[in-house]
Amino acid sequence: MEKQEYTITVYTENQVGLLNRIAIMFSRRKINIESLNTSPSEIEGIHRFTIVVNETEDVLRKLVRQIEKQVDILKAEYSTNDEVIYQELALYKVPTDAIAEKAKVERLLREYGARAIVIRKDYIVFETSGTREEINRLVTALEPYGLMEFVRSGRVAIIKASMGFHEKLKEFEQKERSEEVAENEYLGQQDHVFTM
Amino acid sequence: MSTLDIIKEKEAPATQATTTELTGSQAVLEAFLAEGVNTFFGYPGGAIMPIYDALYDYRDKLNHILVRHEQGGIHAAQGFARTSGKVGVVFATSGPGATNLITGLADAMIDSTPLVCITGQVFAHLLGTDAFQETDVINITTPVTKWNYQVTDASEIPAVLAKAFYIARTGRPGPVLIDITKNAQMQKFNYEGYTPCTHIRSYRPYPKVRNEYIEAAAALINEAKRPFVLFGQGVILGEAEAEFKAFIEKSGIPAAWTLLGLSALPTDHPLNVGMLGMHGNYGPNVLTNECDVLIAIGMRFDDRVTGRLDKYAKQAKIIHLDIDPAEIDKNVKAEVPVWGDCKETLPMLTKLVKAGDHKEWLQRFRDMEKQEVEAVIHEELNPSTETLTMGEVLKVLNELTNGDAVVVTDVGQHQMVACRYAKFNQTRSNVTSGGLGTMGFALPAAVGAKFGAPERTVVAIAGDGGIQMTIQELGTIMQFKVGVKLIILNNQFLGMVRQWQQLFNDKRYSFVDITSPDFIAVAKGYYIEGQRISARENLKQALKTMLDHDGAYVLEIMVGKENNVFPMVPQGCGVSEIRLK
Repeated sequence: MEKQEYTITVYTENQVGLLNRIAIMFSRRKINIESLNTSPSEIEGIHRFTIVVNETEDVLRKLVRQIEKQVDILKAEYSTNDEVIYQELALYKVPTDAIAEKAKVERLLREYGARAIVIRKDYIVFETSGTREEINRLVTALEPYGLMEFVRSGRVAIIKASMGFHEKLKEFEQKERSEEVAENEYLGQQDHVFTM
Repeated sequence: MSTLDIIKEKEAPATQATTTELTGSQAVLEAFLAEGVNTFFGYPGGAIMPIYDALYDYRDKLNHILVRHEQGGIHAAQGFARTSGKVGVVFATSGPGATNLITGLADAMIDSTPLVCITGQVFAHLLGTDAFQETDVINITTPVTKWNYQVTDASEIPAVLAKAFYIARTGRPGPVLIDITKNAQMQKFNYEGYTPCTHIRSYRPYPKVRNEYIEAAAALINEAKRPFVLFGQGVILGEAEAEFKAFIEKSGIPAAWTLLGLSALPTDHPLNVGMLGMHGNYGPNVLTNECDVLIAIGMRFDDRVTGRLDKYAKQAKIIHLDIDPAEIDKNVKAEVPVWGDCKETLPMLTKLVKAGDHKEWLQRFRDMEKQEVEAVIHEELNPSTETLTMGEVLKVLNELTNGDAVVVTDVGQHQMVACRYAKFNQTRSNVTSGGLGTMGFALPAAVGAKFGAPERTVVAIAGDGGIQMTIQELGTIMQFKVGVKLIILNNQFLGMVRQWQQLFNDKRYSFVDITSPDFIAVAKGYYIEGQRISARENLKQALKTMLDHDGAYVLEIMVGKENNVFPMVPQGCGVSEIRLK
């Protein structure tokens, strides 16, 4: 099995210590986290982790089940890059002189859809968002003009096929047991994974 | 309690008094009463003193057993849980008290033992200041707990304890740790009674069983020519022994057990074909690679069971019944996953399977058993040499206990021998550290096992290595008059490591030659009766004396120094490559 980039999406309760509980599941298996973002979700009190890793699907499937098994975690799933719409945010600090004197830079920034968020005598901070490749290309382009600092956020991703978490949550809040979907080659249901 | 701690005590801010009924400490003990906890284990210390102070008033309702080391406390709680089927409970103080629980937590986590551990913690305002006896117990225990939580306010206690007991015992059971800061233990709050937890939205311990999987599984079983059942502790944890028996008896399928599945089915049941895995029986291992349908029930395909995975049951279609969905397809790909509690899934399956027998197939197991008897078992149980073997000790023990005793084992050669040869008529009779392989487990676990099943004979079997790891628990046995029978099988070596060094390291016996104290003198020091024997003619009488003795007893038996446990699936080999010698 080939390793490839996956985005793991985890819906959790808002509990102290959960970040560690999730993080150690990766470190225990010596899986490097490429990026991690945690934020509120569309539902009050429920947080959403977006974790990017390079791994084989086999490892991912097992890992995601182990994550979803944890108390305080409502749901965990993984997606390939084709299955998500994703963005990262980046900030670039460039000397003001370079921008003022070289019109090329301005064109460059427009081309990349970057905008200035701080303008000072000595430096300007630009911001842009996009895929990692787009962000990296701008880094490469700005380097000749004395890029002083660069920082990129973790990935945030929306799953194309997802209908959000509202319906699922209703199911979780019911005390009665609900129908669950399980992956089962025997029944030709390969496109589903266990949900808890 | 140290002077430093007493000083800190005085510096502590006054707790918030409200118009209250209870302190946090009292709320903990009320939760115990509400959850039906009657016996638990613990060791006091500075940060848990308020709970111990409250406990003073609950002495007539709660039975607290003072152990000699927190590791002993948690293993005792495990033993208690394993024989009683209830949640085991243990107290420890902060810092070193809490860190001493780690081995037991890891053991309970991997062997799915329901525990609630309560640790004291420094005052909330001292958290993160490297205060005296402060450790970050929540982060230390995260990998080895099913759930953990730090309480800093007394009002949280009733709901958190309710959640703790619910999580520990439901679904796939496991250890839960609640860390309670000292201020929360002392704080008074408005107690509104205890409501047991029955639902947590982010936790699904009771999956809805889907019929199509049951139907698919039944269809496979009904077409199978050589079906084979592997059962594990899930059958015991799910209290599904009767349902399991009904399933195999209707279908007539031979069944083999994992180390922790032992005693879920009586040893002499006609369909019980023995033990799986590295030191399991010959037939079950070899025929795993000849069956056409493998039905795994409440077991997790541990590497000690499967050997090399790429040589494991490749020809078989696998049906996997498990309550933990993360176990399905983890090590072995299942053709039909049946996610659910086997107490529920087994009767559904039984209804759909055809009544039948697999006489010829079962005979294959019996034929291979004969081969194993000839090659290994006969000599082990009826040795031709002068030195005693571990196997014959077990044989005589079986005769004297009629298979009714609880056998608690430590880890090593004696564990494998005991599990291979002990006979059991009833469930929850085998208490052993399987997944973690914790040396030092037997003695404290036997203490707990006796409290969990006070009417039963509890025999702890340990090696000369393991017993020295937790020998201080003889003090607990002494103080609380715990009627544990301890057999020390002394081969004057760390036997299992020595065996491996003999087989795989050219007999380079590197630091396995362990010297022991006079165990009987040690026992006498704890006012516990005992004797040492080394001759065959004394074996039966010595065991009888031990069993008949009123109270605890230590019997040290000198056995052959360099005996090996066979059969054996060497590391890196497939199950059909099992060696008989």
